[in-house]
Amino acid sequence: MIDVRNVYKTFFVPHQVQALVDVSARIEPGEVVVVIGPSGSGKSTFLRCLNHLETADRGHIFIDGIDILDRKTDINKVRAEVGMVFQSFNLFPHKTVQDNICLAQRVVRKRSKGEAEQKTFTLLEKVGIRDKAGVYPDQLSGGQQQRVAIARALAMDPKIMLFDEPTSALDPEMIGEVLDVMKALAKEGMTMVCVTHEMGFAREVADRVIFMDEGKIVEEGTPEHFFTSPTHDRTKLFLSQIL
Amino acid sequence: MDSASTLYRFKKTPSYYAWVAVFILIVAATIGGLYYSTQEIDYVWRWYRIPRYFAYQDNVEIRAEIDGEVDRIESQGNEESIIVVKDSEEASYRVPTAGIRVDEGDFISYGDVLATYPKWKVGILLQGLWLTLKVSVIAIVFGIFVGLVAGLARISSNPALKWSSITYIELIRGSPLLVQIFIWYFVLGTLFNTLLAKNGLPQVQPLWFGVAALATFTGAYVAEIVRAGIQSIHKGQMEAARSLGMSYPQSMIHVILPQAFRRIIPPLAGQFISLIKDSSLLGIIAIRELTKATREVVTTSLQPFELWFVCALLYLILTFTLSMLLQYMERRMLVS
Repeated sequence: MIDVRNVYKTFFVPHQVQALVDVSARIEPGEVVVVIGPSGSGKSTFLRCLNHLETADRGHIFIDGIDILDRKTDINKVRAEVGMVFQSFNLFPHKTVQDNICLAQRVVRKRSKGEAEQKTFTLLEKVGIRDKAGVYPDQLSGGQQQRVAIARALAMDPKIMLFDEPTSALDPEMIGEVLDVMKALAKEGMTMVCVTHEMGFAREVADRVIFMDEGKIVEEGTPEHFFTSPTHDRTKLFLSQIL
Repeated sequence: MDSASTLYRFKKTPSYYAWVAVFILIVAATIGGLYYSTQEIDYVWRWYRIPRYFAYQDNVEIRAEIDGEVDRIESQGNEESIIVVKDSEEASYRVPTAGIRVDEGDFISYGDVLATYPKWKVGILLQGLWLTLKVSVIAIVFGIFVGLVAGLARISSNPALKWSSITYIELIRGSPLLVQIFIWYFVLGTLFNTLLAKNGLPQVQPLWFGVAALATFTGAYVAEIVRAGIQSIHKGQMEAARSLGMSYPQSMIHVILPQAFRRIIPPLAGQFISLIKDSSLLGIIAIRELTKATREVVTTSLQPFELWFVCALLYLILTFTLSMLLQYMERRMLVS
């Protein structure tokens, strides 16, 4: 489903950093992959390359067989199939919850108003905030906002969901409600790539864990392997620091 | 709100009212001082002469256009029809009853006064005010359009668009408006109208060169305001919109511009107020807007003091109204 081959990415601003160095990975349909690593390890860049929010310098990224680095690819079509949830929610503050979720359905999927609204209410039900349809994002708690953001991404009926530290900006008591939604989604068989610091989530939900450091994939494996018998010293050090 | 009020330096204590009194005193002293000075140089204030430049009663004379005899006068409510006949020719004139100067059977020759009546006419100051308003509104509309296009081009990654926009903005912002008006009128205007005349087409009025000068001038500033407004929107908004599969134009229209527009209303208001005031420069290319109208009235009436104050006051009314209008828009957008 996702096939990343020998991808490189270097940032020059504010100073030169090799964010991704020869990264290759395959993610199968229905798989839940958690990417962990210290800050600056390139895990967010990796995720953002998958839907072309960052352009990889070299290599190939295939989403469902489509090479997204090919200039002829209509990236908007690919992105509609790849939902993304951001650390800072990025809800549209000038639109109500309902309109946040309806907008792309109407503009991109060309759904009728009725269709889009029906989908919106089903999804709001699913993330447990149906009663908030008419309010503006700034009237919601962080956890509620993030659940709306998940519903907004799901409204496009994506095949893949990318999560970029979805709980890092939340107050501790709100992390649970967002993780619950993500767990439910994983159980339904959604293909998911999550960058997160929630080791509990990784252990419980992930099919595979990828550990990145200094732009490279250092180690990957099942959660059991990862949390009980990591092979690399760098991984051991990282786990000892956070667990 | 209560906690916020402690931030203010002045609460309603006796000293507060003392300072209010000081303010009133400053205003009174300024006005009093000015008045006293004018008395010292024997200036005679004649405010009663001013209203006539807003509206005045003109005596309209209706004159016969043929020789002949007044055949009959027919009453139609408070108007009458005077019918003048000569041989088979007949001419009819509608006039108010009170103003009739002829009787049935009178012989008249060409150019004789048949009736007179007073009529209210718009004075030169009001005409000037109207022209200022018209020029400003048209220039604002075009200025918004030009500014939006140039602002979007300014942040484009396409060098043709980006550099065109930067060149335009820097050229306009780097030279005085007065010089730009001269260029529009004496250079571009001459070129344009000569080319039109060569091809047998009608001429473009000076008014439109004035509007073009103001619109392009304002457009450059609006472009920078638009650019700043768009760039002030967190880049996560664009990323969120694009990640949903929306194209760049779609994201701009539905997500970025509505948010940016709300933020740029206050600086836009300032820009448009400047434009109204800058329109006073158009007098130099024979557009009789408010300032030029005032200058003309001053030369005939010899009441410069009153007239220049009135002129300033009229500009103040325009700018204040605009400012209130935009504040209202801003408030309404914050609610929605």
